[in-house]
Amino acid sequence: MSIRVRYFASLRERLGRAGDEIAPDPAVRTVADVWTRVGRGHPLPDNTLVAINMEYASFAHEVREGDEVAFFPPVTGG
Amino acid sequence: MPVEIREAAFDPWSELARHERALAREGAYGATACFVGTMRDFNEDAEVSAMTLEHYPGMTEKHLEAIVAEAVASWAVLDALIIHRVGALRPGEPIVLVAAWSAHRADAFAACRHLIEELKTRAPFWKKEQLADRARWVEHNAP
Repeated sequence: MSIRVRYFASLRERLGRAGDEIAPDPAVRTVADVWTRVGRGHPLPDNTLVAINMEYASFAHEVREGDEVAFFPPVTGG
Repeated sequence: MPVEIREAAFDPWSELARHERALAREGAYGATACFVGTMRDFNEDAEVSAMTLEHYPGMTEKHLEAIVAEAVASWAVLDALIIHRVGALRPGEPIVLVAAWSAHRADAFAACRHLIEELKTRAPFWKKEQLADRARWVEHNAP
């Protein structure tokens, strides 16, 4: 099972795509590793937030196969 | 205690009236507190002609429901309601309605405040404004 990655709002526009998939890889252990893999050299904006399976998480949080990892800017609803 | 994401325009005052009529325990609540957020035509030194609201389907509902559950756990809330737009909006259109019903006003006010403050901090919505010459993403909430 791969890791599904999703991007929202200005980050999606900056990357030019709404998501990626990462094949299982023991080198991808944390959210930070996921970004290294999908970021393709794009710097991560300082205030980027992360969710794993729709719960907020840190960049140090471990990821597992089948997880959905989302990167997005600070939220501005309401 | 419904939490709803709406693609189409809604009238918050009709929604409040409709919800009150349907409340299961008429006569139990003495206090209703609500907040309505409306799209403005001006933000941070620029005129705004339109807005697009994006969200993270699934995560949005999950976190709004959690916020309602927190309000119920913290105060004597008899009922609560959250309705939030997504999609295209024009100035003057409601963006969000939150409301709380309780026996007395202290709990209703406190719960209502919690609903909107936590929504603005945690619920995964993002606003994109259309200005005269370009579009820009709102980067932070107003106080």
